[in-house]
Amino acid sequence: MSSPKSAYSIPTKKGKLDTHIFVVWVDNESGVLARVVGLFSGRGYNIESLAVAEVDAAKNISRITIVTTGTPQVIDQIKLQLKKLVPVHKVADFKREDKNVIFKEMALLKIVAKKKKIEKCLKECKKFNPVILDKTNKSVVVQITALRREIDKMSKKLKPYGLTSTSRTGAIAMTRGAQTFK
Amino acid sequence: MSKLYTGAEIVFKCLEDQEVEYIFGYPGGAVLPIYDELKNHSLIKHILVRHEQGAGHAAEGYARSSGKPGVVLVTSGPGATNVVTALTDAYMDSVPLVCISGQVPTHLIGTDAFQECDTTGITRPCTKHNWLVKDIKDLSKVMHEAFKVATTGRPGPVLIDIPKDIQFAKINYSKFKKEKKLNGKIHNKFSQNEIDQLIDLISKAKKPVVYTGGGVINSGPEASETLKEFVRLIGFPITSTLQGLGAFPGDDNQFIGMLGMHGTYEANNAMHDCDLLINIGARFDDRITGKIDEFSPKSKKVHIDIDPSSINKIIKVDLAIVGDVNEVIKSAIKKINKKQNGLKDSNKQRISKWWEQIQKWRTKDSLGFINSDKEIKPQHAVKRLYELTKNQDTFITTEVGQHQMWAAQHYKFNKPNRWMTSGGLGTMGYGLPAAVGVQIAHPDKLVIDIAGEASVLMTMQEMSTAVQYNLPIKIFILNNQYMGMVRQWQELLHEKNYSESYSEALPDFVKLAEAYGCKGIKADNPLELDDKIKEMLDYKGPVIFDCHVDPNENCFPMIPSGKPHNQMILGPNDKEENKITGKGKSLV
Repeated sequence: MSSPKSAYSIPTKKGKLDTHIFVVWVDNESGVLARVVGLFSGRGYNIESLAVAEVDAAKNISRITIVTTGTPQVIDQIKLQLKKLVPVHKVADFKREDKNVIFKEMALLKIVAKKKKIEKCLKECKKFNPVILDKTNKSVVVQITALRREIDKMSKKLKPYGLTSTSRTGAIAMTRGAQTFK
Repeated sequence: MSKLYTGAEIVFKCLEDQEVEYIFGYPGGAVLPIYDELKNHSLIKHILVRHEQGAGHAAEGYARSSGKPGVVLVTSGPGATNVVTALTDAYMDSVPLVCISGQVPTHLIGTDAFQECDTTGITRPCTKHNWLVKDIKDLSKVMHEAFKVATTGRPGPVLIDIPKDIQFAKINYSKFKKEKKLNGKIHNKFSQNEIDQLIDLISKAKKPVVYTGGGVINSGPEASETLKEFVRLIGFPITSTLQGLGAFPGDDNQFIGMLGMHGTYEANNAMHDCDLLINIGARFDDRITGKIDEFSPKSKKVHIDIDPSSINKIIKVDLAIVGDVNEVIKSAIKKINKKQNGLKDSNKQRISKWWEQIQKWRTKDSLGFINSDKEIKPQHAVKRLYELTKNQDTFITTEVGQHQMWAAQHYKFNKPNRWMTSGGLGTMGYGLPAAVGVQIAHPDKLVIDIAGEASVLMTMQEMSTAVQYNLPIKIFILNNQYMGMVRQWQELLHEKNYSESYSEALPDFVKLAEAYGCKGIKADNPLELDDKIKEMLDYKGPVIFDCHVDPNENCFPMIPSGKPHNQMILGPNDKEENKITGKGKSLV
């Protein structure tokens, strides 16, 4: 008799989940983002954040940065599956803990409050390269760049001081030092 | 100034440059310019199907039996959506197809125009790649790239969506030069070191097994020859997946039968107990592995595949060699021959005990069945069909279900490209249109679709195509009045609640055959079976053979859900102790 739990496609031992950042260089053509994103949704991979823009207008290359979680086996699959797509040129993948890679996200924060509270907010933001983009008597729009969890923390912290609206990008990544990813 | 051509003309110029001989298609508003151009190209013959799915499967049959890409031409909207099943089928089974679809004119795209659909959007997950050609300048480049993508690396379907205004637009055309250089998506750069490791594993193995798949067939007929040489050289037992049948001769003593859910006792036990498993061009599909946790627990695993994403997808392997099957085995043979004396003799001795074990498993005769002289047993019907056709070069297609497994078990294939079946997607209705495509590729050969009465009704309309083009395909229906595999699972897994699996009101297949203008034969007596089969084979045109078989017969052996390879149900007598219970039921 088989034990009731043993079955064909029951997920076997669940491996440890790691967070990885994929950087994908693609031809900037119509539908390319749908191909990449469709691969993720179709195969049940997770997307935590996504950032896309053209980086080389002459060669028509876009750079897609995707943050995802998965077991080592799944991460491996994602990479190999991405590489199979025709418009994909190269794929880099980094562990979030990788010290050789810089990860950044940007956020725009709108704070509506009295002057004093706004001052406090700006002070809190100091660590994260704040740039004041707009200022009135009652409000301020400030841009910060930081890690995902730092921005999470900030938006929590600034809520009581009058943070009314947050707009965030996905993470982007770059290796440290003189080397580039080939 | 060079001559200007319309988009439609360029389509044909590209097809001619790609040496396309046949297109399977169905006209409609958005492809009319291309159909208009057809008359000017006598080298390309159009096969008019009765449904676009039929066009896709016919092209698959053509591609699999000839090794050339199949070409499909359909209109926008319903034409494109109807071909989706065939594209998905080709994607799962790695069949090279180039599908050209018409699209509404570019200025109408996105306006919900008549017969408009987002064809590239719909087919994106079921093609290797697809293109919407919005500029006539891109057309020829896209056409040629499409053929390249479809046929290189792990083959598969591609689709080119061409709006009607692009088919009318004019541009010049420069002759296509076939590139020698392969594109960047092909992986054939295995190292000598990997080959050395493989040889090392081979020379140390005591209980080895070779497990081959459709990749050997896709690597070309030469790969099958190479495989034969390799397997004879190392003396290992060899088993094959459903798709790999024919790569190694089915009647050879080293061949231990198909493996997997309905594989032989010896093949599945060998997979379970082996200490070295060499996977050549297969993908560890779930119908093969059974329960993953207990899959071949004691073995070192080698995986040879052209698709890097197949490696470690399901089963972690110890040695992965990414490359074309033929190239990899050839260099392994070369290496073995170099150090001949070390391996050739000692190895065979080392595995002699293993062969004794396999012989013991073989005596179980797991494909055996209790024959009857009152009713035709379906296995008996396939066996007789094999015996009466084995002396000629026969091509077999199948539908999906019990009959497909019986065909795989009891029909022996000695050459590649003779066996066309829908394995990955399991598409009922595949076999009849596929037989049409096979017969187009091999007009003088015997082509038989071993079918079930439920499956064949899904694409029965293609008999009309067969009659139109005088294709003498033989539709051999194992008629048990049930969706047999569904019925079998309901018997074994759902307390014999035969919910909706019985076909009421089946047509009279003999009259149906006559209605289509072909020959109908009915057999229900085992004593007449041989004569009736001969009658079918002797008839020059298409035949529908309605073979009434025992409706209660089940397909054994079977690995039930939730069991590893070494716990199979062998047959009626063995069934009682192996009931499928608990959660296993829902997860087959």
